[in-house]
Amino acid sequence: MSAAGLDVEIRGRFGALAVDLALRAARAPVVIAGPNGAGKTTLLMAILGAEAPEHGHVTLDGVPLLDRARGIDVPVERRRIGYLPQRYTLFPHLAVLDNVAYGVPAGRRAERRQRAVETLGALGLASLAARRPAKLSGGEAQRVALARALASEPRALLLDEPLAALDASVRREVRRFIAARVRALAIPTLVVTHDRADAEAFGGEVVVIERGTVAQRGSLAALAASPATEFVRLFVDRSTDG
Amino acid sequence: MSASLSDRPTPPAGRSPLDAIVWPAAVGLASGVLVLLVALPIAGLLLTSSPGALLRALGDPMVGPALAVTASTTTVSLALIVACGTPLAWLLARSRTRAARVVETLVHLPVVLPPAVAGVALLLAFGRRGLLGPPLASLGVGLPFSRAAVVLAQAFVAAPFYVQAAIAAFRRLDPDLVLVARTLGASRPRVFFTVAVPISWPALGAGAALSWARALGEFGATLLFAGNLTGRTQTLPLAIYTALESDLRAAQSLSIVMVAVAFAVLVAVRAGSRP
Repeated sequence: MSAAGLDVEIRGRFGALAVDLALRAARAPVVIAGPNGAGKTTLLMAILGAEAPEHGHVTLDGVPLLDRARGIDVPVERRRIGYLPQRYTLFPHLAVLDNVAYGVPAGRRAERRQRAVETLGALGLASLAARRPAKLSGGEAQRVALARALASEPRALLLDEPLAALDASVRREVRRFIAARVRALAIPTLVVTHDRADAEAFGGEVVVIERGTVAQRGSLAALAASPATEFVRLFVDRSTDG
Repeated sequence: MSASLSDRPTPPAGRSPLDAIVWPAAVGLASGVLVLLVALPIAGLLLTSSPGALLRALGDPMVGPALAVTASTTTVSLALIVACGTPLAWLLARSRTRAARVVETLVHLPVVLPPAVAGVALLLAFGRRGLLGPPLASLGVGLPFSRAAVVLAQAFVAAPFYVQAAIAAFRRLDPDLVLVARTLGASRPRVFFTVAVPISWPALGAGAALSWARALGEFGATLLFAGNLTGRTQTLPLAIYTALESDLRAAQSLSIVMVAVAFAVLVAVRAGSRP
């Protein structure tokens, strides 16, 4: 068992779906694809600690976050895993700066705000600091959401279709923005997507999940060369905006 | 008729008498009856006395104590409702268990319960011979006919209005928002106090206002459980009831005060529940 990175294995029933999944992510992003209801979100929820599978474990950099056999289940807020969902989830009652400061670990309020200012600056978002989320465009909102996740100094990152709610016109730009930051961060990252273009931008391994289990994994090129299922064939053929 | 289904009759050129006259008249008449039913009594309250006489009636010795009892008891009952009802609503909104649905129904029950029934029920729970009577008595606590009884009666009938509003508000909250807050390191209490409550604040405020208005108007349960003791358990509605027997003007003055308060609450709720 390697110590570095995210090591996940979950087995059990979630509603009507029987899940049996195992995967690893080290320093490069891993792209997760699959039909709706295949278990992608369940996987993310189990890693975050929002759902507990009957069997399995989640280990991050050698530290067990979940281990059913040993009765370990670290609560969500102590797992230090950043989460960027598809829907805009900035806190509507807080300005952008306070949204980003919300997750800065420890420190006095002024220090946390200072750290938030730095994070926004590093991502080129300083001009948005005073704005309310309602006054942001979709693309700006997702960039700020990424800044907020990064300011919390996560040890791993889960992106659940982070671009799906965006207009095609801004999606490409936001994709470049997020992919560049995520690759630079070099922490274990899972990116759930329906879009082949995301897989290209984030690079790394693609894991296709169908009916609760891994249908195929490998590089995009390997999947394109010999798709194991109809879904994989469609996925490698298709892109929403190139 | 031998015409096939596709042979639609051509629509008549003009509107039928039903469309043009009878229906609008019927709708207008029905609406007018209800509006008058509500407006006439309010007009009666406001127009049947001179302002001077009404102001003088407010000097009635019953008025001051009733205002004081009402202000203190409704403040305490609202505080009790908000302090206990907000966590309860959070729990019920987030739980998907059968038990949660049962509790939710139970908590809403006082809305449809006749206030007199509420009064009897409170007596049978907290009265001297009620369920909790003996243990309370052994602690030296006698609830019935005390100011605490007024608060209990108000909280019993008014709590559902707040809890219902709070549950609805918390259900509207995006679960991803709560989850994201926790991934950012926020404990459950911190998520509750810094995300759930502030975001739901307008709806919680509107629910609190409705709940307070209901507590303010509480009559039947208070009369049965807390009695009608001037300066002790006599709230504004009970003072109005008592005043009717001696001085109609005093009853009228107090009623107008309550209409004004009720109207203010309604305006505030409308303003607060606007998205």
